[in-house]
Parts: sequence; structure tokens; C-alpha cells
Amino acid sequence: MSAVDAAAVRSGEAQNSAAEAIHVENLHKKFGQLHVLKGVSLSARDGEVVAIIGGSGSGKSTLLRCINCLENPTSGIIRVNGEEIKLKADSHGHTVPADRRQIERIRSRLGMVFQNFNLWSHMTLIENVIEVPVHVLGVKRDEAIAQAEKLLARVGLAEKRDVYPAFLSGGQQQRAAIARALAINPRVMLFDEPTSALDPELVGEVLKVIGDLAREGRTMVLVTHEMKFAREVATHVVYLYNGLVEEEGPPEQLFGAPKSERLKQFLRNVG
Amino acid sequence: MELLSPVAPGWGGTLLVGLLHSIEIAIGATCLGLMIGTAGAFGKLYGGPVTRDLLAIYTTVVRAVPELVLILLLYYAGTDLINQVLTAMGYQRVDISGLAAGIFVLGFVQGAYSTEVIRGAILAIPQGQIEAARAYGMSPGLMLRRVTVPAMLPFALPGLANLWLIATKDTALLAVVGFFELTLATRQAAGVTKAYLIFYLAAGALYLALSLFSNLVIGRVEAWSRRGMPSVKEAR
Repeated sequence: MSAVDAAAVRSGEAQNSAAEAIHVENLHKKFGQLHVLKGVSLSARDGEVVAIIGGSGSGKSTLLRCINCLENPTSGIIRVNGEEIKLKADSHGHTVPADRRQIERIRSRLGMVFQNFNLWSHMTLIENVIEVPVHVLGVKRDEAIAQAEKLLARVGLAEKRDVYPAFLSGGQQQRAAIARALAINPRVMLFDEPTSALDPELVGEVLKVIGDLAREGRTMVLVTHEMKFAREVATHVVYLYNGLVEEEGPPEQLFGAPKSERLKQFLRNVG
Repeated sequence: MELLSPVAPGWGGTLLVGLLHSIEIAIGATCLGLMIGTAGAFGKLYGGPVTRDLLAIYTTVVRAVPELVLILLLYYAGTDLINQVLTAMGYQRVDISGLAAGIFVLGFVQGAYSTEVIRGAILAIPQGQIEAARAYGMSPGLMLRRVTVPAMLPFALPGLANLWLIATKDTALLAVVGFFELTLATRQAAGVTKAYLIFYLAAGALYLALSLFSNLVIGRVEAWSRRGMPSVKEAR
């Protein structure tokens, strides 16, 4: 296949929702009177690394958390691997997932990494990593343990397998949380400001792990304040301002030649 | 001392049977109380307005009325009510066993207190851990079993341990409805032999032994439930 053909196939895929790992369309989210997302669309194809950047209060975390319905969107369409999340209005008029089993199944294939790690404190690292494979996905326990040991080794925590999270540094906890996300063999990894709660000297070790995942072609959606990192690993960058996509495109374009005044201002402030 | 001998003519055996009954009631009531308490706590936290109101009435009333009054009320009125319903439906009247009635009455009371202890413990769980469970597709039942209950245990255990110790001693209240537990056994033995001091001291020692043994077990369970938490002493 020639390069031109390949490009044609890729652009063809862009129009074909089946090739999209994540598809968000015209998403609105209100918290009471507060209108946080005002019609945001987002797409991540297989192998893409989409970085969402923006100031505090721009709605970037909310957008990410709507993808697996940790926050229920007020309106809009969300498709994961082409499957649309069924939503309905509950008795209070809030939008909620219509089919609990569907949303649980979709969530169990999205590897979420949180700002505050959120490891289960009553489980050792290895127990944290095998928890979802064994109890949600039905993997055999010894298989899950073998895989978890590999993953912990991969994030440099092999010797900490039997330690409880509270006895580890933030960077170690976050790396363990990444291993937990990888253990479900996720279709997409979702990162919600994964380094924002870390001491500066611990940021590097976490970014290195995430960077390695990006380079091996994992599909990821990443909310981050680390502009340099976003520029390095992202294939597509989305700048949110006040609940709307202000500008998006490849990182060279967004960081090298931003069009929007607000984005220029934002980059000057964080840079 | 031969009065306390476990074989006749000593009354030690009678006291031990009474203690056994007390323990049976306390265990049964605590188990029932934990079930009601867990359901009640979840109802209060996540239930609809009607559920929440009903539970508020339950916990308020039960915690407001003296236990002795509740025991008399539930025991006599409760068995009477059941028999009236049974006769109205054309069944024979039944004798409700003292054990079952005692467990139900004390469990009903324990449930109200447990509801509040467990509700507080659930609120103390770092919300991120619940959120992580949701984010990874756990069903509500699995989340309860694998995350919520083990994560709330360190916060709930001190309160629940209190309730257990109270339950062991509340069994004495069932003496008023004629249930043969340690206090009633002691009264009988003391009444017959006129050796009041010996028997009441012996009963006191048995209650104390039960509490000490409970503390030992609870201490172990609590240490285990806090296995993922750094020692408080080091943070001083």
C-alpha cells in the first residue's frame, strides 16, 4: 500500500466511527446552574494520544470523567469503540446511564488513572492490580498474578508487590495505579492530571512510564498541565476554554503556532 | 465454694448455661443488628426520600426509648401481634421461643445504633476509592463486598465493638421477660441458696471474662482491618 493510499485509508477511518476508540459529540454538562461543558466534541482513534489542556475551570477533567460516566453528561453522545453509551433521564431529570451492565462493561475496558491515585488502601499493590481482572473480568487468579507481577516490574515496583499503598511515595503509588489500569488490558487509557498531586521531583518517573505507553501505540486521552510532555507524546491536542474547544490540532501546530489569542495567553502563562 | 460447683448440688452449671444463653442472644442480636445497620446506613446515604424518612424515624425512635421499655413492648406486644395475625388467618397460636424473641428485640435495637456507626464509617472512606471501583466497572454488590465494607471497617470497628459489649450486657434485660440468661440464672441460684454475694460476684466475673475475651478478639480484628494504614503512633 502506498503512502497516499494509507493516508486515504486513515482519513476514511476518521469518518468511520467504528475505528474511533472514543467519540464524544456535542457534550453538555451542568452542575446545577454552573454550565461546565457547553457542547464539546472529541475523538480519539486507535493508537492516538489525545492531550486535553486548558486553565483551571475550563472543564477538561469533567470532559474526561464524562467519557466513562463518572460524571453523567447533561446531554450529548459518547461512543466507546463504536458503542454508544445509553443514557436516560432519572426521576429527578438527571441524565444517568440507562443500562447498568453496559456502562460497567464499557468501564471495565477503560483504564482510568486519577490525580490522587485512588489505590484501594486495604489491598497490597499486587492485590490492587489483580482486583479488577479477577473480580470484574473473570481472569483466573494465578494468571492475573503472573500478569500483575510483570506489570509491576514494568513500572519498577516488582519488589513492592506486598506493600500497602499508604507506605509508598506518591510517584510509586501513581505508577502502581498505572499498572492497575494496564492490568485490565484497556482499549483506552484515561489520565486525569496524573502528575498534579506529585512532588516536583516525582513527576519525572511517572511521566516516563506514561511516555513509554504512548510510544508503544496505546490509545490514550490525557488531561495534563505538563505542556512539554503533552507536546512530546500527544498526537492531537485539544485546548479547552470555558467549556468549549477553543483550538485543536497536532501539537506542533498548537504549541508552535497557536491561532487563538487565549491559547497564546495560556501558553505564555504556563510556559 | 461448693455452691459454685458445676455439678449438683452446686449451681455453677446453671450459671454457665445462663452465660451460654446470654452469648447466644448477644451473637444473634449483633448479627441481626449488623445486617439492619448495613442496610440502614446504605438506605440513609443512597436511598430515596421515603426510605430516608422511614429510617430516620426508626433510628430516632429506637434510640430515644429506653431499651427496657422497647424490650417489654416488642416482646409482649410483638408476640401478641403475631398471634393475632395468625389466628385471624386461621392458624394456631404459636409459642415464640425466648431465644428468637430475644435476638429479634435486641437486634432491632442494635440495628438502629449500628446504622449510625456504619453510616459514619462509610462517610469516612476516601471517596476516591469508591470512585476507582466505579471507574473499573464494579457492580454495586461487588463494590460493597470488595471495597466499601473492607475500607469502612477500620472506622466502624471501634463503634461496633462498643455495641457488641453493650449487647452482651443488654441480654440481662431479657431477664424481665423471663428468658433464662445469666442474670436470671444468678437470681435463681442466689434466691434458693441465699448466697447472694457469691453468686452475684460470680456473675460479675463471668461478664468481665466475656468482655476481656471480646477485647482480645476485637483488638486482633481491628489490627487486621487497619493493615493498610500507617501506625498512628508514628504520625504523632
